[in-house]
Amino acid sequence: MGKLLLLEDGTMFKGEGFGADVSTTGEIVFTTGMTGYQESITDPSYCGQMITFTYPLIGNYGINRDDMESIEPTCKGVIVKEVCRRPSNWRCKQSLPDFLLAKGIPGISGIDTRMLTRKIREHGSMKAMIIDDTQDVSHAFDQLKATILPNTQVAQVSTNKAYPSPGVGRNIVVIDFGLKHSILRELSKRECNVTVMPYNTTAEEILQLAPDGVMLSNGPGNPEDVKGATALIQGIQGKVPLFGICLGHQLFSIANGGKTYKMTFGHRGSNHPVREIATGRVSFTSQNHGFAVEEASLENTPLLITHREINDQTIEGVRHKQFPAFTVQFHPDAAPGPHDAVHLFDEFMEMIDAWKEQH
Amino acid sequence: MTKRTDIQKIMVIGSGPIIIGQAAEFDYAGTQACLALKEEGYEVVLVNSNPATIMTDQEIADKVYIEPITFEFVSRILRKERPDALLPTLGGQTGLNMAMELAKEGLLEELEIELLGTKLTAIDQAEDRDLFKQLMEELDQPIPESDIVHTVEDAVAFAETIGYPVIVRPAFTLGGTGGGMCDNEESLREITENGLKLSPVSQCLIEKSIAGFKEIEYEVMRDAADNAIVVCNMENFDPVGIHTGDSIVFAPSQTLSDVEHQLLRDASLKIIRALKIEGGCNVQLALDPDSFDYYVIEVNPRVSRSSALASKATGFPIAKIAAKIAVGLTLDEMMNPVTNTTYAEFEPTLDYIVSKIPRWPFDKFEKGERKLGTQMKATGEVMAIGRTLEESLLKAVRSLEIGAHHLELKELKECQELTLQDKIIHAQDDRLFYLAEAIRRGYKLEELHVLTKIDDFFLDKLLHIIEIETELAANPHQLDSLLKAKQYGFTDKKIAELWEVSEEAIRQKRVQANLLPVYKMVDTCAAEFESTTPYFYSTYEEENESQVTEKPSILVLGSGPIRIGQGVEFDYATVHSVKAIQQAGYEAIIMNSNPETVSTDFSISDKLYFEPLTLEDVLNVIDLEQPLGVIVQFGGQTAINLAEPLTKHGVKILGTSIEDLDRAENRDLFEVALKDLDVPQPLGDTAVSEQEAILIAEKIGYPVLVRPSYVLGGRAMEIVENQVDLERYMKEAVKASPEHPVLVDRYIVGQECEVDAICDGKQVLIPGIMEHIERAGVHSGDSMAVYPPQTLSAEVKEKIVSYTKRLATGLNCLGMMNIQFVIQNEQVYVIEVNPRASRTVPFLSKVTGIPMAQIATRVILGESLESMGYVDGLYPESRYVHVKAPVFSFSKLQKVETSLGPEMKSTGEVMGTDTSLEKALYKAFEASHMHLPNYGSVLITVSDETKEEALEIARRFQNIGYSLLATEGTANYFTEKGLVVSLVGKIDNEQDESVLDVIRLGKAHVVINTMDKSQETATDGFQIRRTAVEHGVPLFTSLDTADAILRVMESQSFLMESL
Repeated sequence: MGKLLLLEDGTMFKGEGFGADVSTTGEIVFTTGMTGYQESITDPSYCGQMITFTYPLIGNYGINRDDMESIEPTCKGVIVKEVCRRPSNWRCKQSLPDFLLAKGIPGISGIDTRMLTRKIREHGSMKAMIIDDTQDVSHAFDQLKATILPNTQVAQVSTNKAYPSPGVGRNIVVIDFGLKHSILRELSKRECNVTVMPYNTTAEEILQLAPDGVMLSNGPGNPEDVKGATALIQGIQGKVPLFGICLGHQLFSIANGGKTYKMTFGHRGSNHPVREIATGRVSFTSQNHGFAVEEASLENTPLLITHREINDQTIEGVRHKQFPAFTVQFHPDAAPGPHDAVHLFDEFMEMIDAWKEQH
Repeated sequence: MTKRTDIQKIMVIGSGPIIIGQAAEFDYAGTQACLALKEEGYEVVLVNSNPATIMTDQEIADKVYIEPITFEFVSRILRKERPDALLPTLGGQTGLNMAMELAKEGLLEELEIELLGTKLTAIDQAEDRDLFKQLMEELDQPIPESDIVHTVEDAVAFAETIGYPVIVRPAFTLGGTGGGMCDNEESLREITENGLKLSPVSQCLIEKSIAGFKEIEYEVMRDAADNAIVVCNMENFDPVGIHTGDSIVFAPSQTLSDVEHQLLRDASLKIIRALKIEGGCNVQLALDPDSFDYYVIEVNPRVSRSSALASKATGFPIAKIAAKIAVGLTLDEMMNPVTNTTYAEFEPTLDYIVSKIPRWPFDKFEKGERKLGTQMKATGEVMAIGRTLEESLLKAVRSLEIGAHHLELKELKECQELTLQDKIIHAQDDRLFYLAEAIRRGYKLEELHVLTKIDDFFLDKLLHIIEIETELAANPHQLDSLLKAKQYGFTDKKIAELWEVSEEAIRQKRVQANLLPVYKMVDTCAAEFESTTPYFYSTYEEENESQVTEKPSILVLGSGPIRIGQGVEFDYATVHSVKAIQQAGYEAIIMNSNPETVSTDFSISDKLYFEPLTLEDVLNVIDLEQPLGVIVQFGGQTAINLAEPLTKHGVKILGTSIEDLDRAENRDLFEVALKDLDVPQPLGDTAVSEQEAILIAEKIGYPVLVRPSYVLGGRAMEIVENQVDLERYMKEAVKASPEHPVLVDRYIVGQECEVDAICDGKQVLIPGIMEHIERAGVHSGDSMAVYPPQTLSAEVKEKIVSYTKRLATGLNCLGMMNIQFVIQNEQVYVIEVNPRASRTVPFLSKVTGIPMAQIATRVILGESLESMGYVDGLYPESRYVHVKAPVFSFSKLQKVETSLGPEMKSTGEVMGTDTSLEKALYKAFEASHMHLPNYGSVLITVSDETKEEALEIARRFQNIGYSLLATEGTANYFTEKGLVVSLVGKIDNEQDESVLDVIRLGKAHVVINTMDKSQETATDGFQIRRTAVEHGVPLFTSLDTADAILRVMESQSFLMESL
């Protein structure tokens, strides 16, 4: 089935459809990871977005049972140069096209994804659309221009009800802004007793559970659209140790007086080098974010910058000067990507234990 | 900055001559490293015995020593230069072993020289099997069950406990030399015995076979601050069991999920951190295709062939960065030289697929054992880049220059079913083509997977290529199918074949439909950051990124994969040509397909197109770039062969015109030219049938030299003594036809010499005459060459100069020319003219100080020799004597004939320079590891024709204190003539020690064997030669070479005469 990919700037690509045979509109972004498409496609942070894979051959090892980052993927489309027709891996249960078909997500192949990436790099992330090649293109472009992308992605992907992920260790509350399963995996490896709460939980509800620590999860979209988070964070910080990842990091910064901005095309991939300022040590990190914390906005806040991306110097981590709380922009939980920063979960555990001792 | 300021002077050890397992990649690495160290302000002292390298050019290091890489010579240089530090990790296994010897002998400590990059302990931990095993256990990294053995019995006992199959890996040998897979006790005994002998520490590892696992490699780097990165990972098409150097490889890994990739990445980083390597390291892993189980197979604590491949595959210059790390710089303070906007602390991400296919020498060694195993056999490799795996693979296939422009070897169509299956199960160099043939015959992928353990993913890619063939055939002249085929890498030629039209017709159709390739940039970051790297590959997509500049450009064609007959020498000339083009103010564009070379370093030229060197691919680049012209003189036969078809397409060939190239290469035209110019050549003629050949031979008299016309490196060339052999040759070796004529020449036994000349149309500069040690009959590439000539009379030299001038101007040479002469009774005959740069260009450039390829390029671009300050004729001779000696890789190639003849067999060369011929020869022999003890035993078995001459050689050996061993015929003759000889038993001797046992047991320290022309006793001689080579005993098959080494030994020994 012939499909067209239309970009807000008027560019049109012709390709072949795979997965669900539906039209779609979303924000187009690219990720540079060469492996890990299953994790990316199921990552709730991509909610509302169409993912361009810069690696040209996607689907090689199919889809397996274990590498899911959410139960229902919420990305709007998958854009590739070529989708593998015969996946091969001992864990493979399904091909990528079959999976996307089952999940109602359209894919388009045959795209010059390098050209597309260069466009996104220059013009920034933009609105895009996948339609049938039989559809009226100029009408579709008009529609695309008129489209206002939703800003309620967090509400869409967050759990409606709290649920437990029982363990025998420390009591952790995870606030689900679009939680990746890998965060739960890391906590369960450390035997934590986890309760996952919806994004619009109140500070009181959390404190009632008497957590040893609270995690602010990753999630999709613009942090400024997650209005209630500031009050929530302000209500718990200083009372319980906090650890935030990605959107959780941005929300924590905002709650402490910082501001965020939309990056041109963001950081998405598995090879972003991040320096921990205190030790000078560089880790390769898994990243997926289109917004970042503005450096100037942190002046006169209680936040200390702890991590930076070494190339564009963007802020990759902060720590509260008084409270036991730190957050990072990248994913120490990896999946997909390197495990270089996974020790941050251990630091969180240590912070919890130290806090307990003091109180 | 963390740069070391406590050291100023650093010595770099090169890798010596090119041999199988250690090729041009170390020239690339060494050159980068030296330049990087100089860039940081250090004084660099380089030692390398290989003159055919860019790294031994004067401007690469502050001091360049072209001397043997042996303890004797390197320690002298160290004592003289007193460097502060030694960087041993860029010269392959040779450099590393040399450093270890220097350290263990206490010299480094004595001279207070620090080892940079990798500490001795790390080298030991990675290379010594025992220590490696210990380290892996400490790191909790799994390795296959194994045991170190020092005796065959221990090996057998251990194999019984873990079960067969097992792999034998001798310690400290190059490219796994002497190792192998054993299915039973018999083969285990044989391989272990040999392996123990080859291992300098008499140690072998017996290891549980994990054949069939996925073989994955990680190229990792680490700095002193413990920052560590993975530059690239690669997945072998061939599962574990075939040496990675002999495997088809893809980058990045193709069938690994992120979980598996991260598992192996973690392991690799853990290992490099534990070894505390400051620089690059290669980790080879085996991954179970059915679970997360993996094993660490091997760690190379140095820059390797794989790291050169990874550098070219990603753009990330590993050797350069490794050198800077060695002097203290850290990854997070250096810029990524590709983007220049991001830091070197970066893990490249690819947006294309890279394929590497090894290039094997079995076109030259038709009788060689082609089965692949743990011993590497390839001499070189090609790499290709594509946006689909099929495209990448097909580009690599056609880069091989083995007569395949597609995934197809036509002769396999005739192959029997059983043979086909056997070739698929027991991989040899051409298994890829057998697999394709099997798929064409309808084999199911599942069957092929069972037979080969190759992943279905890869097999499906082959199937896809074949499906596209079918689709093309079913849809002739359809643009849709054409576009699809192009996107998957099909050549116009293959499409033309399927559509039964000419290749040109397809090209025209494509051009009309605007179906042209675009060129994408290799930028390490998948376009995430802006880059300006001038490094491109073609594909059929939408956006072209290669911007043509205003500046007039010149395209230089490289020489493709390294093979016997076309080695690194041509890359040397190519790089020099590029430099001259740039200096003349043009943009220099290079095209090549070889990842090992300096020429494919993107910082060498203004633009690099990493592409196959086929007419179609070259024309595509020309269509885009519109260069002023193309230079084909420096890329060996690969580039020269493109001259004619390119001219037909209206492309301007710079330098000698195509008509004149033809006058040198076409036998009939050449003869006419020689007559016109009054230059004598041996009698001869061209035959298009067997009868004709016999008539010619009768007319000119035997022996005759026969060969097909248009050959490279003397392929299929033979000296034939009589009509019976000639008939056999015409039937077996060549199939003469009007399209494929055979040359029959009088074989003149005489002194051989050669010249390289540069001609600007008026004047001819002859940098020097090189005299060969071996008489005519041994291929010039396999002969030892001496400059300046030691035995030629002034008249002969004059004649050579005069003929060279006549030929150069008479054939309208513009640029380089190489001429080979044979001298008999003071008469000079021309035997061959090559209208291009030859393999002696680097040697002669170095010994004369004339940058020949640069001068030739400037001439080609219009300058005159006079304006550059050169005078017509022979350049003044140097005061030193220089010897170039060939180096062979016979020990790695089973069943290959080692006797020297008209077909070239050497893989590399070394150079020895000193004040006398004997001293220079000594160095050349030492550098090529032809080391003879001061006394010992020499085994002589020679043919009847050479007995008389051998007698003299034997007598001289006896005089310097050697005892003589000989087989019956030779022994009788020697005894008759009054020499004391010990008789050794024949090969089939059951009771006593046979001649082969004598060699195996190390009782002969040198073997001299000349081949019987009659072919009858050939097999005995063959076994003697093979046994010598496989047991590392110096072997001489030409009495001239034996004479040369005797001269050296005589010059070193004292007179022992009684009164």
